[in-house]
Amino acid sequence: MHNPTAQPRPSIYYPYQVHAPWLPGERDAVQKHPVAIVGAGPSGLVTALELARHGVRSVVLCSELQVSQGSRAIVFTRRSLEILQQVGVAQRIVEQGLPWRFGNSHYRGQRVFRMEAPHAAHDRFFPMTNIQQQYLEEYLCDACEAHPLVDLRWGNRCTGVRQEGERAFAEVDTPAGAYVIEADWLVAADGGRSPIRAALGLQLEGASYEGYFVIADIQVDLPLPTERLAYFDPEWNPGNTVLMHREPHGIWRVDYQLPAGETPEQALQPESLKARIDAQLAMIGYPGIAWEMDWSSVYSARALTLPDYVHGRILFAGDAAHLLPIFGVRGANTAFQDAQSLAWHLAFVVRGIAAPSLLANYSRERVGSAREIIDEAGKSTRFMTPPTPGFQLLRDAVLSLSLSQEFVRPLYHWRTSRPHAYTHSRLNSPGDDNALFTAGPADGAPPGNVRLGADDYLLDHLGGGLDLLYFTEAAALPAPLLEVVHAVRARGVPLRAIAVGAASQVEGAELTLADRDGQLRERYGVPAAGAAYLLRPDQHVCARWLTLDATRLRAALDHLLAA
Amino acid sequence: MTTANALTIPALETVYDSLAEALDQAGEDQARLFLVKLALLNANALGDAALFRDHLALALRDL
Repeated sequence: MHNPTAQPRPSIYYPYQVHAPWLPGERDAVQKHPVAIVGAGPSGLVTALELARHGVRSVVLCSELQVSQGSRAIVFTRRSLEILQQVGVAQRIVEQGLPWRFGNSHYRGQRVFRMEAPHAAHDRFFPMTNIQQQYLEEYLCDACEAHPLVDLRWGNRCTGVRQEGERAFAEVDTPAGAYVIEADWLVAADGGRSPIRAALGLQLEGASYEGYFVIADIQVDLPLPTERLAYFDPEWNPGNTVLMHREPHGIWRVDYQLPAGETPEQALQPESLKARIDAQLAMIGYPGIAWEMDWSSVYSARALTLPDYVHGRILFAGDAAHLLPIFGVRGANTAFQDAQSLAWHLAFVVRGIAAPSLLANYSRERVGSAREIIDEAGKSTRFMTPPTPGFQLLRDAVLSLSLSQEFVRPLYHWRTSRPHAYTHSRLNSPGDDNALFTAGPADGAPPGNVRLGADDYLLDHLGGGLDLLYFTEAAALPAPLLEVVHAVRARGVPLRAIAVGAASQVEGAELTLADRDGQLRERYGVPAAGAAYLLRPDQHVCARWLTLDATRLRAALDHLLAA
Repeated sequence: MTTANALTIPALETVYDSLAEALDQAGEDQARLFLVKLALLNANALGDAALFRDHLALALRDL
């Protein structure tokens, strides 16, 4: 019998709400569902919400009765906010979170590098927003509870999975006993230690790095702006790195590397934590300042991925699929992109719009993204925690040179999480005009946002299905194009036609964006009327044309749906 | 290895002496760090990552 604790987790700033467990009745011994999602972290919850948006019902199993212990993921990128906007929780995050775009690297008391992330006038969201993961999960859970197509089950622990033919089975334990879920598809969003990944005997590929880091959340009143702070080789922790981030509610994340040879258990001793945090606060100019510990944990830097996220009827997403270094905020931010991608691919399969083979594309694209992240993260990880004497020497030489030499300072800049461009996706239309454009997002790229007016941005209008942006000044969409749109819709494909550039509503389009100042046309590299972009449900571009006709549109849609 | 803008013999002798003196000034403990800093400065002045890689291979020979 699974008995999750009904005691609220301890926290000095977050009021944990303990939810009632979902209990199976007699008739629930075996339940059939189209999709079961194991895990109610960022990837599982966003997958459920995106599936629901595509009209697909799912059950989400949450082992515990409350959201996660400790702040965990605290930095969310602009692209994550754009994805969270799609599932309706971005506004709550913006209201509670702390926006920022500057990062500072310090060495020997000198600021040796300042990272400035661009904040373009065309973006709705800041480059980065800090908020504790508990709030994020709370908002996502609230959205799930409010959605009739999501069945979020607190206190339901998945104890085993198996597959038979085209079905997956999850054994579930609850405070009222066990039951079995029979699902067409099972999403393994069960986190970095993924019991499902272990049960299937799947091996992660990549590198694990030496060295452990402590993460500690403290409540302290520091009169500092919300900017990332990095300290290299501080006197109190020679050779190692310390990071600090501001979080809402007067909380600061202090993140420091352990001296070689020290165990995580030793590092988490209260007296060790106290001495080191005191030393760090003293070093930045606040000796003896009062602070209170909220939560602490230890992690090691790993850059690993499964080589395939689809295993029969079991689909992996988020940390269950890959373990990525914390530098560059790549954990949850990658999980959102996985979830958004998985949900539309899976929804198209569940709804019979595409063959199950479409899911191989999810795996290809997201494994490709993980490998790109691993490659990039490897560079920053080798700088943050040098793996060999040679890397150590180079890092130390760069620190020393950086006090006077400008040219080495960009090496401090570890690239932060950014959306992967699916440049080589098989879904990209082979016969379009991609190569002829001189501006705008290319095939496979994430969309660029465009400010259309006061509190009105392009991405507010995109997503949930395929979007055809058709640039026209005419009163109506061309009839042959509309025929293709209607024919595709008749197959159940969610496709919206959005007209851009006409002053009044264009006949045949679901929506007309006037684009009065021509910003959208300019930023999307559209020289004349008759051009078009086709965007996937995850808003990535899959075709663009300088001149679109019915034949070319049909070809692109057939290509996408036959993948 | 010969290059178009190779050092003259007097200049090479100056480099020889000044590098030796700088190594002594850095001291045995810091000599490695000093040499890596120097290599990075020279690589930046060289402005040619491929040529730098050639130099790495040459310097690794006959150790």
